[in-house]
Amino acid sequence: MSKPKVAFYWCASCGGCEEAVVDLNEDILGVVQAVDIVFWPVALDFKRQDVEAMDDGSITVSFINGAIRSSEQYEMVELLRRKSKIVIAFGSCAHLGGIPGLANTFDRAAMLKEAYLESPSVTSGNTTIPQTEITVPEGKLTLPELWDTVKSLDQTIKVDYYLPGCPPPANLIKEAVTTILEGRLPEPGTILAPDIALCEDCPRRETKPDKLIIEQFKRPSQYIIDPDQCILAQGFLCLGSVTRKGCGAVCIEGNMPCTGCMGPTSRVKDFGAKAMSAIASLIDADDEEKITKIIDGMADPVGTFYRYSLPASIIHRSYQKPDGGGAHNGA
Amino acid sequence: MSVPENRTNGTPKIGVYICHCGINIANKVNIKETVDFAAKLPYVTVAKEYKFMCSDPGQELIQQDIRAGLIDRVVVASCSPLMHEATFRNATGEGGANPFMFQMANIREHVSWVTFDKDAATVKAKALIAAAVHRVSLHRPLEQTRVPVHPDVLVVGGGIAGIHASLTLANAGKKVYLVEREPTIGGHMAKFDKTFPTLDCSACILTPKMSAVRAHPNITLWTYSEVVGVEGFVGNFKVKVRRKPRYVDEDLCVGCLECIEACIFKKGKFPDEFNQGLSQRKPIYIPFPQATPLVAVIDPETCAHFKTGKCKKPCADACQPGAVKFDQTEEIKEVAVGSVILATGFKAFDAARVGRYGYGKYPNIYTSLEIERLVNAAGPTGGELKMADGRKPKSVGIVHCVGSRDNNTNAYCSRVCCMYSLKLAHLIKERTEAEVYNFYIDMRTPGKGYEEFYERLLKENVHFIRGRVAEINDWAMIDEEKGHLIIRVEDTLIGRVRRVPVDMVVLSVGLEAQPDADAVRRLFNISCSHEGWFLERHPKLAPVSTFTEGIFLAGACQGPKDIPDCVAQAGAAAAEALALIDKGSVELEPNTAFVNEEVCAGCHTCLNVCPYGAISYIKEINKARVNGALCKGCGTCVAACPSGALQQNLFTDEQIMNEIKGVMNHV
Repeated sequence: MSKPKVAFYWCASCGGCEEAVVDLNEDILGVVQAVDIVFWPVALDFKRQDVEAMDDGSITVSFINGAIRSSEQYEMVELLRRKSKIVIAFGSCAHLGGIPGLANTFDRAAMLKEAYLESPSVTSGNTTIPQTEITVPEGKLTLPELWDTVKSLDQTIKVDYYLPGCPPPANLIKEAVTTILEGRLPEPGTILAPDIALCEDCPRRETKPDKLIIEQFKRPSQYIIDPDQCILAQGFLCLGSVTRKGCGAVCIEGNMPCTGCMGPTSRVKDFGAKAMSAIASLIDADDEEKITKIIDGMADPVGTFYRYSLPASIIHRSYQKPDGGGAHNGA
Repeated sequence: MSVPENRTNGTPKIGVYICHCGINIANKVNIKETVDFAAKLPYVTVAKEYKFMCSDPGQELIQQDIRAGLIDRVVVASCSPLMHEATFRNATGEGGANPFMFQMANIREHVSWVTFDKDAATVKAKALIAAAVHRVSLHRPLEQTRVPVHPDVLVVGGGIAGIHASLTLANAGKKVYLVEREPTIGGHMAKFDKTFPTLDCSACILTPKMSAVRAHPNITLWTYSEVVGVEGFVGNFKVKVRRKPRYVDEDLCVGCLECIEACIFKKGKFPDEFNQGLSQRKPIYIPFPQATPLVAVIDPETCAHFKTGKCKKPCADACQPGAVKFDQTEEIKEVAVGSVILATGFKAFDAARVGRYGYGKYPNIYTSLEIERLVNAAGPTGGELKMADGRKPKSVGIVHCVGSRDNNTNAYCSRVCCMYSLKLAHLIKERTEAEVYNFYIDMRTPGKGYEEFYERLLKENVHFIRGRVAEINDWAMIDEEKGHLIIRVEDTLIGRVRRVPVDMVVLSVGLEAQPDADAVRRLFNISCSHEGWFLERHPKLAPVSTFTEGIFLAGACQGPKDIPDCVAQAGAAAAEALALIDKGSVELEPNTAFVNEEVCAGCHTCLNVCPYGAISYIKEINKARVNGALCKGCGTCVAACPSGALQQNLFTDEQIMNEIKGVMNHV
């Protein structure tokens, strides 16, 4: 019997998820032995035509990382969906839209304008903005189209399972791969991580005061974090109470607050809204003036509370006038 | 604790009942179209309309369909849940289903009464019905719990309303805590000279009741005290009362006045609050001769001992029982009560806010409350109404509606001013024989014997000028006006602007909510109208109840009213409290929060947010836990819980999201 076929693909992401696979260290050898890797652009020389040539459903499982924000990415994941029995959204970007998803606070025109015309690093006088199609003496050149809106993977294709994290922790990857290769398939739609918040695993759990209150928001760049005390109780925005555990609290171990990459538990519909509601409950002030003062101490609320999940949130993106932009948003 | 399991088997069977409410709903919402729409919604097996769902035959429709096995969940689209949720839950229960397998869609207050367009109203009604259907499909059976009602009652405020409510309850054998902020009970009524329209001596009819309060074995009277904390819920309130130090032992003082006599201040030097600052009192004083309790009080703001520490304290030496105690400190009393009657009264409008009436600027301009003291035999002048220079006034103008019926101050009518102005007109005429002019907008005298009193005043040669006074000043234009206050007014009956020179002016100030009404409202978790009056549960049918069960209203804290209305309302509030006590127990809404301990991460977020102290942290297992008996179902912890481990019966995330989906799908 032939070995199960596995594919890896990346879309709008930083490459960290690919690193995470390599982070399996020697365990990767076991994986490589157990499966046939049929597609992995970052490491192996397979082309799109090779995938197109495969039978539908012939890939056992595709691990896709990154958010979806271009026509090319959509074509590729759509193709992989057809060829795969199982698709796993791998990492925060595929799961919830991730950091690229924060682009949803702008639209395409504003982003291109900033990146190609107005950014201080652009040669002054540049007026060229990428086009999807241009005719040059040698013929017609094309580029994939950048979408107005960044999407999570399951907003474009059907996703079977999710491996959350930025990047997903090695132990969860191993467990997921083993589970699937052994044919012990969980419920479709399952997030392959524990369904309890990180506080439970936190090494500083015992230091949490009974009366957890915030009088001032602090940023790690401005104050030194006491390595032995609950980070949130010190006023640093640690989102461990909102975030799924499973990462081993590595950020806390490194004396940095949890930023929420593992996403919400299954019971929470919108990570950012829940995080805001939870954190706001801790603010120690009764009058509006004092509340405003404390809240003003919080830098970049969207980037903090929706750092990994804006596209998958209930609001998806900033408001666009129905006739604005005109760019098509893919599937 | 987890969600009670769903006792109904299989797929939900929902009955939708759409009420015409006579023409209230049917005139705006296309009922037939709405019924057809409801019939096609998911899980709906019965969709019916009826003229009055709240009637017996209406309720019977629901019960029959449940008994016939056609439905196991109910949606009634009618009025506000405040009106009839209990009715229909009951009907659902009588039919044999769990009463909480019910959801109400409010298509009257939220739709037909507030929507002009018929089509728009129908769309809105459909959306709300769809929401209710989506929601009820996820409802689960719930059980109500009963808790006993504590038989003691707290009455806040010792004016006539608080006094009457306390006595009524105490006479019924209930134990009452009466808390009054001032050193004595009596309130405003104790300051009045006479009462309208019978011209009874106010003190003569009030002080026996004050003494009865003091003497009653069932009443614990705490004057010079304030409620500082309220916890709990109907039947089971825990109240904290701060007893301010009066530096005189209440149990030892016999009210002999020796201490006041002995004070190093030979004469009164500080404004006497009881006399509206028209006389002076000493730092140690008794507000008035019939003060209850008749116990001296030392004002630390003015007492030489507290100011300088150098006083020889002759008051203490003079006190034979040794009641003067400078080392007294404030005391916090904690009591358990089952119900609360708020009778915190009103504040008279500050006449200086209407600058053009010259109050505080010219001599001989008084507020009505000041005049009450000035014409009172026990008042600062022994009942003689004199001008600043000692002369008797030859003419007095009484200006109605000061601070009332005026969009610049208060838009409402203060209800009592016309009548007390007539009373003051009579008293002033009687005492001084002056010419008395009433400047009124409309004469409002509804009440038993009130119009007759007005008739009487008309015959007593009191002048009535119909028009709102524009300005009061002393700018004489002719010799006859010199040395007088000139009242400028448009006499609307003769269509002329008049200048009326008088010696003295009485400003009939209106009634306002107490300045700290909002703080009191928060303390007791009730609502205020935008003017600051405490809000009754229903203006017609629950005038002394509030939206917080077990908290009742009496007197002018609910809105301007005269003495008979205050007394009637106090009796009603006492009756409501008695009904609650005699019922013995209350059923609690099962909309409580609960922790799914399997998934609680022990993050502590919820511990601090509960206003009822219902959540505790169990250290051994690192989980939060809700005490269902203390939980009031406010949902604060559920909103705060960062990982969704806290959920609330009747308000689970799924139920709310599905309800929203119902609206969104059908708008």
